[in-house]
Amino acid sequence: MSKRAIFWIHVVVWLTCLFPLAWLIYSAVFGDLGADPTHTITFVTGITTIRLLVISLAITPLRRLTPRLSFLIKFRRELGLFAFFYASLHLLTYVGLYSYFDPQAMAADILKRRYITAGIAAWLVLLPLALTSTNWAVRKLGGKRWQALHRLVYLAAVLAVLHYWWQVKAGVLTPMGITIAVAVLFAARPVLSWWQRRKRTQVQQF
Amino acid sequence: MLILKPAEIPSSEITTPGDYKNRRQFLSAAASAAAGALLLDGLSEQALAEMKLQTIKSPITTNGEELTSRENVTTYNNYYEFGTDKSDPAKYAGTLHTRPWTVRVEGLVKKPKTFDIDALLKLRTLEDRVYRHRCVEGWSMVIPWVGYSLAEFIRQCDPLPSAKYVQFLTLYDPRQMPQARYANINWPYSEGLRMDEAMNPLTLLTFGLYGEVLPNQNGAPVRVVVPWKYGFKSAKSIVAIRFVDRQPPTTWNVLNSAEYGFYSNVNPNHDHPRWSQKNERRIGQPFYKQRRTTLMFNGYGDAVASMYNGMDLNRYY
Repeated sequence: MSKRAIFWIHVVVWLTCLFPLAWLIYSAVFGDLGADPTHTITFVTGITTIRLLVISLAITPLRRLTPRLSFLIKFRRELGLFAFFYASLHLLTYVGLYSYFDPQAMAADILKRRYITAGIAAWLVLLPLALTSTNWAVRKLGGKRWQALHRLVYLAAVLAVLHYWWQVKAGVLTPMGITIAVAVLFAARPVLSWWQRRKRTQVQQF
Repeated sequence: MLILKPAEIPSSEITTPGDYKNRRQFLSAAASAAAGALLLDGLSEQALAEMKLQTIKSPITTNGEELTSRENVTTYNNYYEFGTDKSDPAKYAGTLHTRPWTVRVEGLVKKPKTFDIDALLKLRTLEDRVYRHRCVEGWSMVIPWVGYSLAEFIRQCDPLPSAKYVQFLTLYDPRQMPQARYANINWPYSEGLRMDEAMNPLTLLTFGLYGEVLPNQNGAPVRVVVPWKYGFKSAKSIVAIRFVDRQPPTTWNVLNSAEYGFYSNVNPNHDHPRWSQKNERRIGQPFYKQRRTTLMFNGYGDAVASMYNGMDLNRYY
């Protein structure tokens, strides 16, 4: 893949990732965030976070399906960082619009409401991943340790899904779609490893 | 005309001096309301949609609050039989048939009866009442409903002295409600009130909003509105009213009793297990102006608090 093509894909990825934020700002300015704007802002930032996490988790399985898709690794970092960006906006909505920056109210919430506990935990797990996303951090930690640390993204994804289920009302099934996506991507890794081992042993057999 | 002997007339039926002095205006308003209700007889459903109702101003109304826009009231709804997104009921409730419609009265009554919706509309003068509406999810509205006190209807039902609770059943018809199966809920929707709660003058047998017939997504053609309780207690599209001697099963309480109690009075001091109830978001406000402090009994304590004297409202939530 040419450097030019990679550059333009970066542009597309950035524009796509910034679109939800642009939509929120535009809608806020033109007064069209819906009947419950606080809820809309919270929902859009939250669902964008979890979708970006899912997309970033899809990159490794896609690369393992075919070597032609190896170049996708170049986009995983920015997708992950955008996920952290939206997670931080989502957290800011909670801190500012729901809690009015009241530390006591927030402490009570984090201890008593399990969906908020899960949400804060997910953000705290993403934080070190965001901080060690730079090339400098990869060199300092060394590839193997960096890889081990960044496996925490699986934990963040699980916490995010729990956060979503624990927030909706009993009987509501809207988180099902994204849950299935996460489950498929988790299963993809061992399945793809098994499939690739089989291919290698088959070749050696003759 | 029914002429009652003096001993049979309860003191609550005695005309207040104010109404007596204004009886000529009261009568002419009542006559036009009755005439207006007569006009609804035998009309097709299309003609009924958004039809104006003849109403009088009610002394029971909430002042000093900005009304939530009709657009928000009719497009931001929880009516899971028509889908679980807030915008679903407005999109899908068109499949609800509101004529013909009857309400069965069953259980501990002198004689079971069936009321036609058009008869219910003529039973009493329709009143305009503004009520606050607080959802358990933490958002709230201010809505101008149209109806009359449920107590007036209950008197027509002749409940036996053994009746301690009233149960409301919503229509469940999978053909009219194909989205209902996507919600993990056992239909039909059931709600209930204690007898004194049902007889409280605030409890409204509701037929309209913003001066017009109830839109389908708001619970057409008849629902109940109980403004001091979380919104899910205000059952929609009622097909049966049962008088029972034991607390009836109510849908959200059956689904998750740790989260949804029978009483479900608006109570900022009792948190939902998953979120706090101290504050609410007023619908229709810009995001930086939405937050309101939730009031005990949704601000209707003067009219209802006495019903709960001596009850531990953290236990009976």
